Amino acid sequence: MRPWPWYIAGPLIGLFVPALLLVGNKLFGISANLRHACAIALPRRADFFRYDWRATGSWNLAFAFGILLGGFVAGHFLMSSESTQLTADARASITALGVMDFTGLVPRELFAWRALATWQGWTMLVGGGLLVGFGAAYAGGCTSGHAISGLADLQLPSLIAVLGFFAGGLISTWFILPWLLGA
Amino acid sequence: MDMKRRADSAAARALVIYVILGLLFGIVLTKSEVISWFRIQEMFRFQSFHMYGIIGSAVVVAAIALQVIKRTGMRAMNGERIAVPPKTLGHGTRYWLGGTFFGLGWALVGACPGPLFALLGAGVTVIVVPLASAIAGTWMYGMFRSELPY
Repeated sequence: MRPWPWYIAGPLIGLFVPALLLVGNKLFGISANLRHACAIALPRRADFFRYDWRATGSWNLAFAFGILLGGFVAGHFLMSSESTQLTADARASITALGVMDFTGLVPRELFAWRALATWQGWTMLVGGGLLVGFGAAYAGGCTSGHAISGLADLQLPSLIAVLGFFAGGLISTWFILPWLLGA
Repeated sequence: MDMKRRADSAAARALVIYVILGLLFGIVLTKSEVISWFRIQEMFRFQSFHMYGIIGSAVVVAAIALQVIKRTGMRAMNGERIAVPPKTLGHGTRYWLGGTFFGLGWALVGACPGPLFALLGAGVTVIVVPLASAIAGTWMYGMFRSELPY
């Protein structure tokens, strides 16, 4: 099975913005769940986490749980055993990083538990996760909240955030990852 | 008592709708390989149109739908008038600086928050590490946010 092409997947993703607004006046965004998780686990430590997460966050946590289920359904019942359908150029560049196994959605060598035994694995998985969580909270949104909802609503702050996402992504891709993986 | 139970079951029904919408979203993310670390590399190396096509067409469709909703003054199923709150720009620092931090992590992990949940569901168990780290990163922001420039 081929991956769904961009002109099918993109418009479908865009439809989640009106769908969530029409169902419950909710703005499409995912990273607020990270804040809700803090509010649930460590509520009294900071003002930022002292709010009624049940009232404002239940819908979003349910949506995130649904994404997890969707990943399960698609990953277990709807995927072929083929590799990610990369362009030849991308395959060559990623091979040059030392990645040999293209059979999954992520490079198995780098996304294995034993990768955490190396400082490079820590930097990617722990450091990368910290940056995603800190950056999304600081910027007030992630790819869904800023790049989709915010840009679709023509909000200048979201455009600035998206330019930041790309600046950071380019630095990691062109400088940090090649250095980390010794390529 | 009866009214409370009815309100609770209405709230539970609403949550089921969000779970179903999330499930559909997770399937689209997975089937289009948006959750693939390889695809994110390909995007940041400008080697394929795939991710740009997805984000670009998603924005266009969402923008048209938003304009229709706003101009016709539609209401949500729960009766609320639909409103998208504007973000405050301030000096803009939080957007470019926070955005850059986010992007640095996005390309390292190859996943933003939505795909983290989908990857975990798809069976990449080690994703609990970046997911827990992302929660820790959000917690760090909460602890230090009064020290940061906006």
